[in-house]
Amino acid sequence: MNKVSPITPDVIKTHGLSDDEYKKILEVLGREPNLVELGIFSVMWSEHCSYKSSKRWLKTLPTTAPWVICGPGENAGVIDIGEGLAAIFKMESHNHPSFIEPYQGAATGVGGILRDVFTMGARPIANMNALRFGDPSHPKTRHLVSGVVHGIGGYGNCVGVPTVGGEVNFHPSYNGNILVNAMTVGLAQQDKIFYSAAAGAGNPVVYVGSKTGRDGIHGATMASAEFDANSEEKRPTVQVGDPFTEKLLIEACMELMATDAIQSIQDMGAAGLTSSSFEMASKGGMGVELNMNLVPQREEGMTPYEMMLSESQERMLIILKPGKEDLARKIFEKWELDFAVIGHLTDTGRMILKFNGDVVCDLPIDPLAQASPEYDRPWVASKKQPVVAAKDVKDVPWRDALKTLMGCPDLASRRWIWEQYDHMVMMDTAQRPGGDAAVVRIHSSNRALAISTDVTPRYVKADPFEGGKQAVAETWRNITAVGARPLAITDNLNFGNPQKPEIMGQIVEAIKGIGEACKALDYPVISGNVSLYNETDGNPILPTPAIGGVGLLDNLDQMTTIAFKGEGEAIVLLGQSGEGWLGQSLYLREVCGEERGAPPPVDLAHERKVGDFVRGLITGGKVSACHDLSDGGLLVAIAEMALAGHTGCKLEGIAGHARLFGEDQGRYVVTAKNAAAVIDAAKKAGVTATQIGVTGGDTIGLGGASLDLSSLRQLHEGWFPAYMAQ
Amino acid sequence: MRAAVIVFPGSNCDRDIAIALQQSTGKPTKMVWHQDTDIPDVDLIAVPGGFSYGDYLRCGAMAAHSPVMREVKRRVEKGVRVLAVCNGFQIVTEAGLLPGVLMRNRNLKYICKDVHLKVEDSQSAFTAKYKVGDVIRIPIGHAEGNYFADEETLERLESEGRVAFRYCTPNGDVTADANPNGSQHNIAGVFNASRTVLGMMPHPERLADPKLGGNDGRAVFDALVETLA
Repeated sequence: MNKVSPITPDVIKTHGLSDDEYKKILEVLGREPNLVELGIFSVMWSEHCSYKSSKRWLKTLPTTAPWVICGPGENAGVIDIGEGLAAIFKMESHNHPSFIEPYQGAATGVGGILRDVFTMGARPIANMNALRFGDPSHPKTRHLVSGVVHGIGGYGNCVGVPTVGGEVNFHPSYNGNILVNAMTVGLAQQDKIFYSAAAGAGNPVVYVGSKTGRDGIHGATMASAEFDANSEEKRPTVQVGDPFTEKLLIEACMELMATDAIQSIQDMGAAGLTSSSFEMASKGGMGVELNMNLVPQREEGMTPYEMMLSESQERMLIILKPGKEDLARKIFEKWELDFAVIGHLTDTGRMILKFNGDVVCDLPIDPLAQASPEYDRPWVASKKQPVVAAKDVKDVPWRDALKTLMGCPDLASRRWIWEQYDHMVMMDTAQRPGGDAAVVRIHSSNRALAISTDVTPRYVKADPFEGGKQAVAETWRNITAVGARPLAITDNLNFGNPQKPEIMGQIVEAIKGIGEACKALDYPVISGNVSLYNETDGNPILPTPAIGGVGLLDNLDQMTTIAFKGEGEAIVLLGQSGEGWLGQSLYLREVCGEERGAPPPVDLAHERKVGDFVRGLITGGKVSACHDLSDGGLLVAIAEMALAGHTGCKLEGIAGHARLFGEDQGRYVVTAKNAAAVIDAAKKAGVTATQIGVTGGDTIGLGGASLDLSSLRQLHEGWFPAYMAQ
Repeated sequence: MRAAVIVFPGSNCDRDIAIALQQSTGKPTKMVWHQDTDIPDVDLIAVPGGFSYGDYLRCGAMAAHSPVMREVKRRVEKGVRVLAVCNGFQIVTEAGLLPGVLMRNRNLKYICKDVHLKVEDSQSAFTAKYKVGDVIRIPIGHAEGNYFADEETLERLESEGRVAFRYCTPNGDVTADANPNGSQHNIAGVFNASRTVLGMMPHPERLADPKLGGNDGRAVFDALVETLA
């Protein structure tokens, strides 16, 4: 063996390993590890790679359905969408790097999630992103928004995958810890899906893509620790992306995947070469032997330790079938990418790394995986908040309240953002950003996928269980509102430090809520990602379990949008409203300046009944527009429909802040030429339906007052550009 | 009409324009890899959008020196039509097939949105299905689309009627507000002297299908098929 660096308690600590974890290492190995081995343990056992705090609870989520081809555990989840095709998708966070270096952090977040999807054989067809920033008045926020948006666009535009939608929130809890969650959806032939379990002793292990540099060393460990005032010093651990290389890598992999050369494949994501080689061997029950001298290197004098822990981007690890090296090499040379056979599989069950002829690492794979820590961390339930009575909330005249809401940071138009993303490349974007769900046609067919990302963090904070349910239900509702059948979700769980019992309680209860909603809606979790330690100087973010949902439209011609389509159509509210739920509403926060109370509960049986009914109306051609009710409640939804359709409306029979701005769940607004048919059908289905107005004119009229659309549009469209121009 | 699309490393609208062509020609479009020195016998060569060579050095600068571009130039001399869209427009200006350059957008940002264009010519193989003065709506998607040429060149382009499209309002007014990227004279597309090469920043292929929200771009491809059939 090489000269071994002394493993001091300090070295162990800087690798993010606890004393107990180090003891476990000694047990597994029966000796002291060397530095290379310690580095490998540190990333494999990091929170980011091992899910050690959340695993126990993630196991409780429903992950199966007849249409699920592959659930969590692979690079991404896979569902059957009929006609021999599969949709492959996942959402992943890149929070810590994006706060330190917003452009590269966000860009490489997009690059990483793209690789997770195309490594499975899918051509990426859509990108989405869920972003959370601090208070707009915080000195760093504008710079972070600008950098993140620029980074997402810079990467996605260049690789030529449309960025079709997403969500953005602002809240002071993200001042020191923004969230950048990126989602990719891909399309594959069901008989051409690639997995990561290695097989076949002697099969060549092939490295393709970019060369390995010293960037991103210890990224996974960084992503598993809290931030403090010195986090800027971690800038060198942020990776640098090259979307041009990623584009070449996509095309080269697609070309190779069309042949019969690949046994298994995985991208080098967090912890790069370590996690890809280790996980592939571990899943297949194999051993692996690599010659580190053969790894393509960008810099001189790199050590095996640096090569194993580098997070250089745009790299993949492939196990080829015997004798396919030349065929594969030709393809990667055509695309001017590195290609190197760096080792082979063995049947020893050990991970052996050689460098300059010496063995520099010799680890037993299965025992290391088996011994991977799993914690049942102590947790306490969040305190229930009191229900806020409408009479205890100030009733502001509706025009003033609506103007405030439509121009507030959380509801203002996101056009400033999505016009910087190429959302049309690939020529299948049937519904562009700004609606309930993005709709992307399945290429050369008349079917389409509907995609939505959602979570309402203020609800989750006030009641993690109900908030978890609501996040799932909201994606389900958005997908339903365009006429699609929701099929499955990916979850991106962003929380604070799990070693604090109250944070662990948020994690546990939110997962329970997510699971309950998934079960009730037949809407399983097929992939996901957990991001913990989202705290700065001990201040945690709002708990933010972002959900990305995917659904199927069987006939694109039946798709609806939120826009009013013409004059004189009836406006009908569907679903039960109660008295109007103002607790945790945007009205309460933006108009009254209060964040308090219990969030609106989600009655999942009601949710499903109303949603299934609405979808039937849409596919049956009974409605001309549809919009779900969420942030801001009924009047905000109607204002959005009016602005999108350049058509006003006259409302009647509704009044009072609770009815107009309450955020009761499981509701939709539709427009129809024939209101009676909709209301009759609703009655038969046991769904509450009320006509609340008629479309027409260029104002929103209610109770003798009116508000013209052009001034409302200025407020709605004006906030973002004005804010960013400051 | 037989058509070929040139594919550079980093092209990403190659498939899109091939589909739009196929929709109008009813025939498969030939894809030509940038290192090929021979282009099949075709009536139209499309240079597609994207980020050839990652936009490194300067948009289109490296692709302009690709082996295949020498052959494209030879074909242009023989009268073969060339449709160059977005990054393709940048490439053919770098290759000297069209005058002018495409600079950074005035707001320094990438812009993806529908724009309105005023049709300025209906005599070419590309624009024969439009009437002069028509207003069409098709999208742009670029960060470097700010057309610049010296005064003398601009004057020549204008006097020879070689401006194909100009950015305008939905009513057809050519105003500063309707100019998304700062292009001189609101220029969105120009011809070479013989009107056999058209370079344009907006993407006609992206709105050539009513299911994607518009069909105004289709006439470019239909016109080529009719003229070059």
